[in-house]
Amino acid sequence: MHIPDGFLDAKTVSTLGAVSAIGIAVALKNIRKKSGDLPRQSGERHIPMYGVLSAFIFAAQMLNFPVAGGTSGHFVGGALCAILLGPSAGILIMTLVLIVQCFLFQDGGITALGANVFNMGIVGAGLCYYVYILLNKVISNKSVTVFISAWLAVILGASFCAIELAMSGTVPIKVALPAMAGVHTLIGIGEGLITVTVFRFILKVRPDLLEIEKL
Amino acid sequence: MKKIILWGLFISVLLVLFISPFASNSPDGLERVAEDKGFIAFAKELFHAPLPDYTIPGLKYEKLSTILSGLLGTILTFGIAVGIASILKKRR
Repeated sequence: MHIPDGFLDAKTVSTLGAVSAIGIAVALKNIRKKSGDLPRQSGERHIPMYGVLSAFIFAAQMLNFPVAGGTSGHFVGGALCAILLGPSAGILIMTLVLIVQCFLFQDGGITALGANVFNMGIVGAGLCYYVYILLNKVISNKSVTVFISAWLAVILGASFCAIELAMSGTVPIKVALPAMAGVHTLIGIGEGLITVTVFRFILKVRPDLLEIEKL
Repeated sequence: MKKIILWGLFISVLLVLFISPFASNSPDGLERVAEDKGFIAFAKELFHAPLPDYTIPGLKYEKLSTILSGLLGTILTFGIAVGIASILKKRR
């Protein structure tokens, strides 16, 4: 879902850039503020968790898996970091991974960074967290809510991507949206399965980590 | 703290070492849509990244290239994340 340079026009680039910059600033402020209220030991678990989640998401994003007909999907990870660490942490972690991918590996364009952060961070992690919270109010099985949140995060991110492409005049919305949402409905299944697997693994071996304060 | 770091990095490194060389090379969702709907040609390269597309320029063996760049990216991302998290969590 990493948009390269050239797909988005100047107005879309600047709009998404501004929105994402605000989102990141809010996330940073939120973490800074709330961390002050936490007891010392949570900081000691947060720091390694932020590091490990970021590393894991970077690594996992490299593992493209085939979906229908000559297309591949890859894990995004927004849902995972939001569910484990909260929306603000999720936004920051996804932003970091996207920045490293863009500048070091040319995965995702520089001008498209704002849009990519929005799709995979603000929506993919931030919004996803609140979807997860809502789902938990109506469904008691966490494996189900984790799966659905992760799956939806991918579809929503891809849908916003389609909207951005249409805003830029690159492709009409009635072509882009069904195509992007369609293939990502499949890819999202992979995301859901991987996210649930990791969640359940942590639940089994270190359930205390699931109790970390979500920022 | 140490256990989380050791195990987390260990698993991430394992993924890079043993699975990334076998990852699918097919275009991802967006690329495929771009190809099918005819806008892939709009893609532009505005700068030259040091390790484009997870390869090490000059290194012939593609799988090794992927693994090495993956390891570098993983460790780097980890380091920066810990650095930023430490700064954010500094108690006043």
